[in-house]
Amino acid sequence: MIAAPEVRTEPNYLNAKEGVLSWLLTTDHKRIGLLYIASITAFFFIGGFFALMMRLELLTPPSDLVSPETYNKLFTMHGIIMVWFFLIPSIPATLGNFILPMMIGAKDLAFPKLNLASWYIFNLGAAVTLYAIIRGGVDTGWTFYTPLSTTYSTGYVVGAALGIFIAGFSSILTGLNFIATVHTMRCPGLTWFRLPLFIWSMYATSLVLVIATPILAITLTMVGVERIFQVGIFDPALGGDPLLFQHMFWFYSHPAVYVMVLPAMAVESELVAAFSRKPIFGYNAVAFSSLGIAIVGFLVWGHHMFVAGQSVYSALVFSILSYLVAVPSAIKVFNWTATLYKGSVSWDTPMLYAIGFIGLFTIGGMTGLFLAALGLDVHVTDTYFVVAHFHYIMVGGAVMAYLGGIHYWWPKISGRLYPEFLAKLSALTVFLGFNLTFFPQFILGYLGMPRRYAAYPPEFQMLHVLSTAGASILGAGYVLPLIYLTWSWRYGPKAPPNPWRATGLEWQTPSPPPVENFEETPVVNYEAYDYEAMKEKLALG
Amino acid sequence: MAETIQILPGREALAHRHHFATPEQQRETVMAGMWIFLATEIMMFGGLFMAYAVYRLGHPRAFELGSADMNVVLGSINTALLITSSFTMALAAHAAQEGRLRGLAWLLIATIVIGAVFLGIKFSEYYAHFREHRAPGVWYESKPNEPDPGGVEMFFVLYYIMTGLHAIHMLIGIGIMAVLWLMTLAGRFSRVYHSPVVVSTLYWGFVDIVWMFLFALFYLPGLHQGR
Repeated sequence: MIAAPEVRTEPNYLNAKEGVLSWLLTTDHKRIGLLYIASITAFFFIGGFFALMMRLELLTPPSDLVSPETYNKLFTMHGIIMVWFFLIPSIPATLGNFILPMMIGAKDLAFPKLNLASWYIFNLGAAVTLYAIIRGGVDTGWTFYTPLSTTYSTGYVVGAALGIFIAGFSSILTGLNFIATVHTMRCPGLTWFRLPLFIWSMYATSLVLVIATPILAITLTMVGVERIFQVGIFDPALGGDPLLFQHMFWFYSHPAVYVMVLPAMAVESELVAAFSRKPIFGYNAVAFSSLGIAIVGFLVWGHHMFVAGQSVYSALVFSILSYLVAVPSAIKVFNWTATLYKGSVSWDTPMLYAIGFIGLFTIGGMTGLFLAALGLDVHVTDTYFVVAHFHYIMVGGAVMAYLGGIHYWWPKISGRLYPEFLAKLSALTVFLGFNLTFFPQFILGYLGMPRRYAAYPPEFQMLHVLSTAGASILGAGYVLPLIYLTWSWRYGPKAPPNPWRATGLEWQTPSPPPVENFEETPVVNYEAYDYEAMKEKLALG
Repeated sequence: MAETIQILPGREALAHRHHFATPEQQRETVMAGMWIFLATEIMMFGGLFMAYAVYRLGHPRAFELGSADMNVVLGSINTALLITSSFTMALAAHAAQEGRLRGLAWLLIATIVIGAVFLGIKFSEYYAHFREHRAPGVWYESKPNEPDPGGVEMFFVLYYIMTGLHAIHMLIGIGIMAVLWLMTLAGRFSRVYHSPVVVSTLYWGFVDIVWMFLFALFYLPGLHQGR
């Protein structure tokens, strides 16, 4: 491979300053994005390790590899780490941080110092939680249900909750930064309806982050107060109301699900447009469906409590609203699919991930409708059906899109190209491994296998073995990109400014970008994904 | 760029940071940031108001009894103090926008002093409750023959959490104003650059408004209760 040697010699954000301190004290959104990538990759593999231990335990019916107490801690730590220290920051804090300002033609986010602070706060929260894990772990499940968490649990509940409380502020700061940036930092000519759909979705995500996260903070504070001072807020034995906890927890945690999947949809819109070489079908519908999900997502939390003793009328309302939230999601899926129609589709790695996302997200979304149905939900509550459903959204949706996005923007981030064959192999491995892991769990759940048990009757073993086998393949699929992307960071062929010939502003600047992103502030006089208007520019690029 | 603001040479670097195109853009952005932050604050206190609503509906009589133990006179004085401090802070923002640094410095001092007096009164109230065993947890003791003692304790749990969180916000606000005061003395603010003062005024106003609700919810329900 003969690569142009002068690409890297131009000053860019990577070589502008040297030394560890220049990274730890940076206020450059691109470098902070990379810091976040390092942090969350570590947590992804820690959380994955807990999952692997669980799958190994479930290989055989009795609880033989680990004790039931340890198993309780394993699924709790898996949930806490994956939800708060990987999924929630995953796309916003990494790709969002790196790409969002570039997409709108800005030099940085609105508040660069807050952005750096958010990374430190995130790591502080993570350190506190890790300390709680090392000291003995938590066994309440990631949901911290009371009174188990406040009175009966012997784990380090306060430590874990404090870590999550702290990390929550990093989410709030990121969301606040994005909203302010999108409102005030768009380059000349870039009106709201010319914004790439990535921005719309990221904006909706940020709204959810800033509105929902404070509720989690105050709820966990009350859990901590109840546990430390032994006063009754949620514990019925002390005069509290455990349902109040569930309402407040899910008022945050259901919207938090959309914090995980809206950014995935953001990436998805970019990938589908770039590899179909067409504007997204129904731009306005896709843009408003992001806001629709953010708004309706706040009104459905009660579907987590269908069996918790809420009145049948509120259950009815929550059920109907939960059906309703599927509408904007469906609009997106239909519009991405319609975009493919008569597009010139190319099957590069990011597109493989994108197509995988559409399939898996559809299955995850449809089974969500099953769970929104009152009668069926009673049958599958707290079974593997629920586990499979949300992993199809969180892993099949969010992680697939995250990896697709990482591959898509990798040439921009690193200035290097990754090995295409290995990348395609990883996409395929992840897709197959994922389905093998989680599809059997739908059947398990429907047959009545409850979640959070270390032991099970022998007749479920076949399906559990399939799931564990799939998890090993999935694990290999995740390690693969870690290896070849790390390799390509140094040894990959140099990337041109716009390897995919995509239309976003981030592709109209060198790879890797200069410190201030653009040599001169761009001016936008065309619509998003307008391949016609950009014909000449793209032919040159 | 229809009009440009005259900036003294050497002051340009202070007027706006490099990633903003103009000082106006920076001002707008900083204001937007503070409004969004206040939205998160409303949600955070909102969770507690929600808990208050649930438990007061469940224990209406106990909440009145608990509230009867509040010192309404001190609470009213504090309310008046806080409104006054919002006024001095608003004047401070006005002074900053007009570039009157001397006035700004004195108004910040006034706001800090009033805020500190508020906190002093608040802590004296906490201490009085503590002496009467009305502090939740192991120190708490119900009064003999008190109806629904659990509900009364819940009132005090919420009282301490909510006014405590408010007091923490006051402390942070006083810290911010101390920094603003030092920045004022260092001559950092001007007619062009004063957003930190303006957004801090928004924050202080928010803290003030939260107190209005806390005062009404904790001090007033027991007002007509004979002791």
